[in-house]
Formats: sequence, C-alpha cells, structure tokens
Amino acid sequence: MSLLEMRNIVKEFPGVRALDGVSFTLEAGEFHSLVGENGAGKSTLMKVLSGVYPEGTFEGEILVDDSARHFRNIRDSENAGIAIIFQELSLVKELTVGENIFLGKEPSKFGVINWSELYHRASKLLQDLHLQIDPRVKVGSLGIGQQQLVEIAKALSQDAKILVLDEPTAALTESEVETLFGILKDLLAKGVGMIYISHKLDEVFAMSDRITVLRDGKTVSTHDAADIDRNGVIAAMVGREVGDIFPNVTHEHGDVALSIRNLTAYSPDVPDKKLVDNVSFEVRKGEVLGIAGLMGAGRSELLMSIFGAWSGKFSREIEVEGRRVEISSPADAIRSGVGFVTEDRKRFGLILEQTILDNMTIAGLRSISGQIITNRTRESIAANGPMKSLRIKANSTLTVAGTLSGGNQQKVVLGKWLLTNPKVLFLDEPTRGIDVGAKQEIYAEINKLAEQGLAIVLVSSELPEVLGLSDRVIVLHDGKVTGEFTRREATPEKVMAAATGNI
Amino acid sequence: MDETTGTKINATALRAYIMIAVLGLIWGYFHWATDYVFMTPRNLSNLMTQMSVTGIIAVGMLMLIVSGNIDLSVGSVLGFAGGIAAFSMTTLEYGLPVSILAALAIGVVIGVFHGTLTAYLNIPAFIVTLGGLLAWRGAVKWLLGGNTIPVSDPTFISIGNANLPPAIGWGLAVVAIAFVLFMAYRKARSVKDYGLGEANYTGELLKAIIPIGGIVAFIGVMNAYNGVPFPVLILLAVALLGAFLTNSTVFGRYLYAIGGNADAARLSGIDNKRNILKVYALLGALTGVASLIFTARVGSAAPDAGVLKELDAIAACVIGGASLMGGRGTIFGACLGALIMASLDNGMSLLNVRDFMQDIIKGSILVAAVGLDMMGRRQG
Repeated sequence: MSLLEMRNIVKEFPGVRALDGVSFTLEAGEFHSLVGENGAGKSTLMKVLSGVYPEGTFEGEILVDDSARHFRNIRDSENAGIAIIFQELSLVKELTVGENIFLGKEPSKFGVINWSELYHRASKLLQDLHLQIDPRVKVGSLGIGQQQLVEIAKALSQDAKILVLDEPTAALTESEVETLFGILKDLLAKGVGMIYISHKLDEVFAMSDRITVLRDGKTVSTHDAADIDRNGVIAAMVGREVGDIFPNVTHEHGDVALSIRNLTAYSPDVPDKKLVDNVSFEVRKGEVLGIAGLMGAGRSELLMSIFGAWSGKFSREIEVEGRRVEISSPADAIRSGVGFVTEDRKRFGLILEQTILDNMTIAGLRSISGQIITNRTRESIAANGPMKSLRIKANSTLTVAGTLSGGNQQKVVLGKWLLTNPKVLFLDEPTRGIDVGAKQEIYAEINKLAEQGLAIVLVSSELPEVLGLSDRVIVLHDGKVTGEFTRREATPEKVMAAATGNI
Repeated sequence: MDETTGTKINATALRAYIMIAVLGLIWGYFHWATDYVFMTPRNLSNLMTQMSVTGIIAVGMLMLIVSGNIDLSVGSVLGFAGGIAAFSMTTLEYGLPVSILAALAIGVVIGVFHGTLTAYLNIPAFIVTLGGLLAWRGAVKWLLGGNTIPVSDPTFISIGNANLPPAIGWGLAVVAIAFVLFMAYRKARSVKDYGLGEANYTGELLKAIIPIGGIVAFIGVMNAYNGVPFPVLILLAVALLGAFLTNSTVFGRYLYAIGGNADAARLSGIDNKRNILKVYALLGALTGVASLIFTARVGSAAPDAGVLKELDAIAACVIGGASLMGGRGTIFGACLGALIMASLDNGMSLLNVRDFMQDIIKGSILVAAVGLDMMGRRQG
C-alpha cells in the first residue's frame, strides 16, 4: 500500500495539455524527487495534489492511504495530511513567527486567541526541529533562509504525512541547506513521505530514494536513485527531438556589436548575495546569442543590469560597436542602441489600457514623434510599419493593447523596440504563454532581424527554443557561466548538464 | 487606415457626451426650478467665475492624477500663497509684480518639495500631501497671525473682478475661430502631406462648426452681461495649456504611460521620477495662479482661505472620468467636472437649499457618479 497515489492525471489549459496522464506514487518515509525542465508539469502536478486546482478541473484519481480523495480546495488537502512549501514564500512578514505558524488555525475560544498556548506550541515545534528561532519575532526580521525554515515548521504544525517541497533551497546558504536536510531526515525516519522538486541534481541525488522525470506533461520514467546516474536523468529530462518549427539557418556575423565585461549583480533584498557573478560575453552583428539556464540562474538579472534597470546593485563595463558607453538608466540604454523585449509583457511590457499605437511609440517617442511636441500622424505612420511587418492582427493601430491575444501583444512589445532602431536587441522569454503559430512567426522574425544585421541576445526557459535559434549558447548556473557552445556543439544534454551545474 | 475607430477614442468620446447631457439636465432643472434665473447671462457669468479657481487647480490635479499620484495639500497651499501675496503687498509694501511672483514662486517651490519627497524619497503621495494639508494651513495662520489681511490695490483686485471689454471679447473670438480653422486646415493637409490620401477640406470644416459655435455662444453670453470675466479668461488659458500638454506633448504622453504602467514606462526609458516632480511643480504653479484669483475676488487673505479646495478639485477630476489609479483622465473631463460641481453649488444657492443639505447632495452625487462609471466600465 502506498501513502499517496496519483493515477493518470490529465490537466488541460486552453490550448495546452499541461499534464497528460501522469501517475506518481509515494511511500511512507520515502524521499521522492520530481525533476524536469521548466514547464514540464511539476508545479502543475503539485497544484493538482494540493487542491489549488480543485476536483473536477482535472481528470484522474488521487488516493491517500488507498482511499480516493476529492480536494475542493487547499484546506481539504491539508486535512488529508498534505503540506506544500511553495517556491515563493507564503508568510506574512508583519506577523510573528508563531502567528504565521498558526495562521488560520489559532488556538482560540469564542474567537479570542489563547496567546500563551500559541507561543508555547510554536516554541515546542521549533525546538523539535532544532531551530533557534524566537517565535515572538516578526518573520520579516529573519533572513530568507530562516523564513524558509519557518515555512517548513508551519507545514509540520499540521501533522503533515506528505510534505511537498518546491525548490526549497533556492534562497538558502549551504549551512542552512544542511540544517534543512537534517530536519528532513528526522521526518523521513518518522514516516513522513516527501516529494522534492529541484533543479539541483546534487541535492536530488544526495537525498532521494526514487526519482521521477517529467517531460512535456508526461511521466518519462521513475527510477530507484541507486540505479541511475546524473547523465541518465539529464537524458531523460531533455530526450526529445528539437522540433522543425525553427528555421535552421546560420547567420553571417559582422563586427562585435555589444561587449559586456565583468558583470556582477547583487540581490536587492540580500545585499551581499550575488545573483550574477562576474559574467563577460560579446555578441556580433547578425548573431543570435542564446542564454540558457534554469529558473533563478540569473538570466533576467543579467539583462536588466546591462539595461540599467536592475533594482539591486550592479557593476559592469559595456561597449557598443567598440565604443565604451555608460548606461545607468533605460533611457541611456536606448540612446546607446540597446532594445529590451522584457519578460512578462503584461507587467513590464505593455500599458494595457492604451492603444497599440501608444504602446509602440512610447520607447522611441522623441525620435519618432518630436522632441517636445508630439505628432500623431508621424506616430501613426511609424506604428504601421511593425503592424504590417509583424502581421499584428487587430482592426487598426488604435485597438487597445489589452484586448489583443498574447501573441499579438508580444508582437506589439517587439514592435515598440524595433521602433527605437536598436543595434542590439534583448529578448527575454519572447514566446512565453503564446500559441505555436505566433511562436513560429516570432522565430521567423528573429531570424529576419539577425539577417538584417541586428545583434540578438535571447533568454528562454525553453531549451528547444534556445537551441533552435541561437548561433551560440552560453549557459548560466547560479549566476556564473558554466558553459559556452556553438550551434554545432550545443546538444540538449550538454546544455542541461551545464545548467544543472554538472560540468 | 481609419483614424477614428479606436475603442479608446469612442469610450472617451461617449463619456464626454454623457457628461454634457448630464450637465444639460442639471442646467435645465435649475433653470426651471429657479423661475428661469439660472441660465441668464448674469448668472452664467457668475457661475463661470465661481468655477474658475477650482477649474484651474483641477487642470493641474488631473495631470497629477493621470500620473498615478494625488495632492491633498492644494487648498492649504492656495491659502498660503494667497497669504504671501497679501502680506507682501500690504505689510511689506513690495508692490504688485513682486507680490504676484512671490505667490507663484511659493506654489512652485512647495510643488517641487512635495514632488521630491514623493518621487525621490518614495514617501507615498497621499502621506506627503496629507502632511502638507496640515503644515501649510498652519503656515498661513502663522503668517497672518490668525487675522484677515485686506488687500486694496485696485489692479490686484481687478484680477478677480474685472471683465474683458466686449469689443476685445469679440476680437478674441475672431482669433480663436481663426485658430480653429487653421488647425482644421492643417489636419486636412497633413493627411495629404504624409501621403495617406486626399485632403478632405470640407469634412474638417464641418467638424469645426461645433467649436466655432461654442466660441460664438460663449462670448455672446458673457458679453450680454459684463463681458468675459478675467478669472474665466485665465481658466480658459490654463485649460488650453493643460489640453495641449496632455494631448500634444511628450511630457503628457509620459504622464499617461507612468500612470498606466509605471514599470513598463520605466523600462521604456521614461524618467518616472523627474516627470512626477515636474507635474507637482506645475500643479504648484497653477495653485499659485488660483490663489491670486481667490484672494483678489474676496479682497483679502484669510487664515481659512481655500479650505476643502483640494477635495473640490479631486472631485472634479473624478466626475470627469479620471481614475485615481492613474493612466486615465482628460482635461476636458476635469473642467466639465468642475463646471458640474459649480453648477450644483450655484443652483442650490439660488434655490436657498440649506448649507448642510448642499454638502450631503454634492457628496452623494460624487459617489453616485463614480459608481455609475464603474458599472458602465464593468459591462464594457
């Protein structure tokens, strides 16, 4: 009998089958790792398990202790003994450690909280975990690592039988990781089953009894950890043909368009933590440089720092077309000829309630429209360029951006940056969340721009995309460059090995 | 390429038509209820003069609200700037030009100060200007020693009370009409100049009929009483400036971008902080202008001058369709909002509605107007 069994889980989103018949089992006292590329379906599977996606929004069965369960919400899954620690912390920073641990389950009578019982129980719980944390201090005053441990204490306050940990070590120092693993081993000995999601294969191999690999929403394989090595896991993670939707062309390269030396960027929250550590690279005219890496490897931070828009500290030397430039703000970057199609178009790219025209001309407004006084006719003519060349589907340039489909919104952001006449164009996750047709059009556009001599730096979590488009790939892991490959050298296995820190 | 069929343009135009209709209803009702006094040239002239102070502040407030900020201190700053002008003229005997400049300068300085605290030190605008509301009111009381300072300089008094001679009023109308025609011609020409089609002179001419009719009617009505009042003239100039800034300048576009999505604006190379500072300074300058009109109209500077003016100005913007979240609002809407508020004040006073009842009605209308607007938006 298994502690947990998930049978043939199918979860569909509009246009995407995120989980396609995934089965998964967990035994009492077992440490079972779940690995896969970004977007393989790991987090979706855990959201199904925890009731975030309630019964009825997916197909398949969930059994705990061999009896079928129907979770309508998170509370239901918690009652069944399932506790999840999500990637993003879900603690209330202004409340104390004790208040957070018992949030929503405060010991109380007639709505009046019994504070002494609450703090008594909280300190006992923390002692059991060998944590030296005062339950009466505010969570916000603790370091990120300690907060993560409080989060775990909170999960355990519910007497969880099944503990799900989604990238719990991303923000932890090495000694904190050791503390965490010590706690986890104690719990395993007490019979708690654990599902562990991580990109860090050393951790996975150090702790796991079994490893399950997911890819494209399907279970690839489940192995006893002793029967498989890292290369086997990596092969299973990437094992697919790089599709034909990429126009396989090599570009003529010209002179160096952008050169970056010694780029270091620090976390805005933890001032000493380096998110990008002394990275240097250059990209030539007509070249597509791919930057691969897993989530949290420092890719977006790298681009944001070059662009002068990173909110933490950063330092670097930049040359554009051989000339040294100082970039301390996005305005400087645009002036120097750097364009940046940012990730998350709704948050960073578009003004959703404004028109296509307004959105497209805003970055290059002074050169398109006028230094001080704007000229709508000139703007309209300018916006119609990308509107046609990128084949944006809308009635006119006066359609409101928020009403467009994801693919067309992404094209508007791309158009905005093309209108600044860049020499170098950064693309951060340019096809996230858009359909295959629009993806293909954007791929074709990237190649066309490279042919016209634009230097392109492409960041993407989708490995096939990076491999299919880039002339050269550099791989980041933990803020450092762990690999550089030409188009011919770059195989999914090599890139994934570098991205997981296995060089 | 069709320049007129954008959902945004249509929604904004529709809201403007609805507001004009509402204003028409209010005017019609008051005209009937006051035994046909409300829409006489004399009362309309008074009404326009009454709205000028709120209107001028509302123009600056609108731009600030569009950028996603707020200023609760303008009533107190108005009082303080007016106090400075009166103090400078009477106690210090500095003369008119210096006193006027002092009032304008103090408005700008305070605006820059609030803008710096908000934009560069990241103190929320609400808090900065709430502090300003208290502090600058205290400053007026301190400056005036709790007394009212009468101002007697006839030139200064005329800022708030004089009228434009009718002949000059008509001259102004001719200039305005010529300008409208010139803009219509330029718009028709630009279509051809940029190779987008043939110039449609007749079409643009027909579109110019409404503004030309408005100009003639306005000057006609004002001249039927004493001529265009100075405060109204200043309001018109300020409103035109505001409309120009918001519609036709890079600065204006940046304000809408910052209010619409501050992150996207910043990543598009806009210096959010500097633009927010500028709009605070502009609102400060306009508050200075309003303080001169206010003080001149009353004929004195009082410790409680301008109390609650900030709320009138914010209400005018909101009734005019501005969103306090930023990114949305027009100068035309804000002015219409100020006119609606002033019409309610004026009409209810003519009807001898009790003071407390006026406040209750105005408050209810503000909330109802925004409530209806939200419902309309949700239905799309």
